[in-house]
Amino acid sequence: MGVLSTENVLTIHDLSIDDIYLTLDTARSFKEVNDRTIKKLPTLRGRTVVNVFLEPSTRTRTSFEIAAKRLSADAINFSASTSSTTKGESLVDTAKTLDAMDCDLVIIRHSYAGSPKIFADNVRANVINAGDGKHQHPTQALLDLYTMREHFGHIEGLKVAIVGDVVHSRVFGSLAPALKKLGAEVTAIAPATLLPAHPEVLGAKVSTDLDANLGDFDVIYLLRIQQERIERSPIPSLREYAVFYGLNAGRMARLKEGAIVMHPGPVNRGVELSSDVADNARSLVLDQVNAGVAVRMALMYLLLGGQDGTIA
Amino acid sequence: MDGDAISRALTRVTHEILEANKGADNIALVGIVTRGDLLAAEIAVKIKQIEGVEVSVGSLDISFYRDDVAIHISPEVHTTNIPFSVDGKTIVLVDDVLFTGRTIRAALDAIMDYGRPSAIQLAVLVDRGHRELPIRADYVGKNVPSSPSEHVRFFTESVDGRTTVEILKAEPGERIGSAPLAPKDTSEKEVEA
Repeated sequence: MGVLSTENVLTIHDLSIDDIYLTLDTARSFKEVNDRTIKKLPTLRGRTVVNVFLEPSTRTRTSFEIAAKRLSADAINFSASTSSTTKGESLVDTAKTLDAMDCDLVIIRHSYAGSPKIFADNVRANVINAGDGKHQHPTQALLDLYTMREHFGHIEGLKVAIVGDVVHSRVFGSLAPALKKLGAEVTAIAPATLLPAHPEVLGAKVSTDLDANLGDFDVIYLLRIQQERIERSPIPSLREYAVFYGLNAGRMARLKEGAIVMHPGPVNRGVELSSDVADNARSLVLDQVNAGVAVRMALMYLLLGGQDGTIA
Repeated sequence: MDGDAISRALTRVTHEILEANKGADNIALVGIVTRGDLLAAEIAVKIKQIEGVEVSVGSLDISFYRDDVAIHISPEVHTTNIPFSVDGKTIVLVDDVLFTGRTIRAALDAIMDYGRPSAIQLAVLVDRGHRELPIRADYVGKNVPSSPSEHVRFFTESVDGRTTVEILKAEPGERIGSAPLAPKDTSEKEVEA
């Protein structure tokens, strides 16, 4: 057991409040490293990190790979198209095969909720969930928390609107509980068809009208419309969605002074965000990406370091 | 060592630094957090008094360069802040207590990641012996013979409310090292002041 209260980060619930703040504080130090000319630390020299990405991803996979390499770990990428999963190997067998190669940390992205847990049960390595289906994406939540905290100086008391495809969103699944845990107030705003059947379990307030309290929020967090996960048609058209739930210049002008705009990416320009809003100085989309590397470095360092559990 | 003795030792160390480098023109100080950075700031003030030159001062956190990361993690990581180019400079590393030499080994690696200084020198307030690596200090405030089971710790007014170097008995199994910035218990038994 390392210095965190958990060996695996499969959901945001694995991390205590102390774990979250320790990760965010540590990430701040790694941020400095990323501004140097020589962006490399010897910290995880000789450790092996395997990126198992069984669902398409560019930013998350690249971010994890950069994070591992900057810590001098050996990063190996493993994607669906080049692996034996296309030959019909089961997830358990893939896990056991990797385990037999003695890797230290497995990062897994999969389209089925819960698959990181199956992996964690079958490897000795630590496991980080990099997104599983509609379930969880804990490192996205951490980098979002980092971005909000660096901008406002605190998370407690922030009013955060999370707008859009709530029901299909693993980002929401991790971020909303994390914000609530740290004392922020979350409102989910979406058409009724994109809200879950039992919104009360979200621990968030729910609204179907973006315009109603637009001026109240410190953070407007827009979720991507996930066309790949949408089975029926919950919205009549993307254009209609953009009219009612998209952030455009008109709505931007009505935001609270100092409010910021966030999006986990990739942005559907003209749908969740109009192009001018996406490039606006109050949009922190690229700060989020930037924070992602530092936060993932921090998590790797805290999971793989300090194996005797003491901090000294 | 009391506050006056520490101040005198730092004054002598400052003069030695200036003598060896023929002035302060190409010098930059880098203090190792969490206590070496405080000493580096004091040496910079003394250089200003003696030579009238403002030298660059940086702080360095070596947590990510430690050779025992897999086992131990620092309680809090502080941000490294070296707001100047180290290329071609004579870097004087400053730390409070020189013990095994492992911190200095890590600091040397860290500095090299910032560039290529023309030279790196080491100034410490206290050398307590028990080196585990072939490292020595260029400037030493005081040699303090110690037992490996004792802490030799530097306390400073601005953080601890007193400026002293103290030798403290370590609890069995306790890790030997610098005092934490916010000591939870200051009632440890004092052996020698």
